[in-house]
Amino acid sequence: MFAYVVRRLGATVVVMAVVALVVFSLLYFTPGDPAAILAGDAATDDDIRRIREKLGLNEPFFVRFGGWIWALLHGDLGTSIFTNLPVTHLIAQRVEPTLSLTLCTLLVSVAIAVPLGVVAAARVGTWRDRAVMAFSVLGFSVPVFVLAYALISLFSIELEWLPVQGYRPLREGVWEWLRHLILPSVALGTVYIALIARITRASMLDVLSQDYIRTAQAKGLSSSAVLSGHALKNAAVPIMTIIGIGIALLIGGAIVTETVFALPGIGRLTVDAILRRDYPIIQGVILMFSAIYVIINLAVDLSYMFFDPRIRY
Amino acid sequence: MSAITVEAAPKPVFSTWQFVRDAFRRHPTAIVGAAVLLLMAAIAVFAPWLGTVDPEAVSPIRRLKPPSEAFWFGSDMLGRDVYSRVLYGTRVSLSIGVAVAIFSTLVGLAIGLVTGFIRWLDAIVMRIMDGLMSIPPVLLAIALMALTRASIGNVILAITLAEVPRVVRLVRSLVLTLREQPYVEAAVSAGTTLPRILIRHILPNTVAPLLVQATYVCASAMITEAILSFIGAGTPPNIPSWGNIMAEARSLFQIAAYLIYFPGIFLSLTVLAVNLLGDGMRDALDPRLARRM
Repeated sequence: MFAYVVRRLGATVVVMAVVALVVFSLLYFTPGDPAAILAGDAATDDDIRRIREKLGLNEPFFVRFGGWIWALLHGDLGTSIFTNLPVTHLIAQRVEPTLSLTLCTLLVSVAIAVPLGVVAAARVGTWRDRAVMAFSVLGFSVPVFVLAYALISLFSIELEWLPVQGYRPLREGVWEWLRHLILPSVALGTVYIALIARITRASMLDVLSQDYIRTAQAKGLSSSAVLSGHALKNAAVPIMTIIGIGIALLIGGAIVTETVFALPGIGRLTVDAILRRDYPIIQGVILMFSAIYVIINLAVDLSYMFFDPRIRY
Repeated sequence: MSAITVEAAPKPVFSTWQFVRDAFRRHPTAIVGAAVLLLMAAIAVFAPWLGTVDPEAVSPIRRLKPPSEAFWFGSDMLGRDVYSRVLYGTRVSLSIGVAVAIFSTLVGLAIGLVTGFIRWLDAIVMRIMDGLMSIPPVLLAIALMALTRASIGNVILAITLAEVPRVVRLVRSLVLTLREQPYVEAAVSAGTTLPRILIRHILPNTVAPLLVQATYVCASAMITEAILSFIGAGTPPNIPSWGNIMAEARSLFQIAAYLIYFPGIFLSLTVLAVNLLGDGMRDALDPRLARRM
């Protein structure tokens, strides 16, 4: 098992190295000269040359990549072109709203999706099953921002139950914080719920046809005990996998959700950076999100051992 | 010698109508999806003849008019006719969806076929694909768009690049199973060259799953395009794509929600149709899976 964990960690390092190479290449092959952008409009050719020299932009690809990785390993993601602040600093400022949104969405989605999938599987072929499946297909098809605007117009503008936009930090009170996260989380979570519910149903159907389920039923266990005790636990591995993979959806969706609901998070930082062509920020955000995604999926992989003791590496 | 009478088998009667009715009974949702998709394709092709005006014609005195008889879907903040813009937007979304589906399938197929058969290449290429797949696709597309000029071609390229790794994964896993098949071994032992094995024996068996995958890629590409345009990193703003119409309405949502709803409904309907078609095709091609998914 120890050997497996080490091997898996090694593979993760390789993947992250590839991600770093891709992200670095993105900036390297960017049309346009960062030095010219930094120098501004009034700069002379001499100024630009000096900045190029100072930033090491004349060095060959691998020398620059090496330097960049070295800085990265020391926690330096570079400096924003526009604000001249360190990228790590800018990201750290924006972490709270994004973390709140994604964690809220993750918890709510899993809490809704897994029971939906279980019910659909337990009552396969009935109207409940069809309703879950229909919701799932719809959830895949409605883009997050369309759903977000529909929710705002119903719950914020018509019914005036929830705020239209904005974010309140957690320290200003849990209820205010939560109130501002309900609609964004529902909008962002819908596609995620659709995905998890679908896989839960499929995985449960697989397990429910097994002999040990019939044995459990035959010895007189209640159907809820069979579903939660015997079936769900054995169906957990594919469900965990899709929860991990689905994080990619959450990250992409968070950028859009933050834009719609005016949450001052990393998504907004990214969108602003795109509009200003502030490449170091874009690089830093992609690198960070990819690292989180990889680490979560590593954790998911390792969690299989917990859910399924038969899995021994 | 007794006469042997051979009863003539009843001649099968094929009619298009019966075929459609059969298909509908077996996969009703897929047929509905196909019908909606055909309708959208028709709208895209015939947009100029469906009572539309120039989608880019600006009319300052008729700004932000709610839906009426003159402006079926209302007018936007520059006085442009939203009905015309949404109908012309069908062209953009459909062509981007289809183009991404075709390109990423072809590129993914080529890479997957070769890497599935050449061991040393496989290790390298799959590490790169693992790396690319660790970047959330929307984020990768955003990054690529931020680097290049906004154009439809670049949007297609960016989304294709983000989708390719998943197709490679699928093709490679198919190839790995197929190459253990006896008929492939037979072909190898008969001295068939690698390109010929790939094209004659492996390729035909990847078509069905790839077709299903392509529909899902198409659906996700249309959503990604809308997301890119919505956050200002997609199709050039002057082109009436659904994402652009909605992006322009972002700050006007509270006074002109219809600017979001009409393109939003068209986009959702189209994506839904493609998804339904994909699910139906998957069920038809793999009945074993149909009951479960």
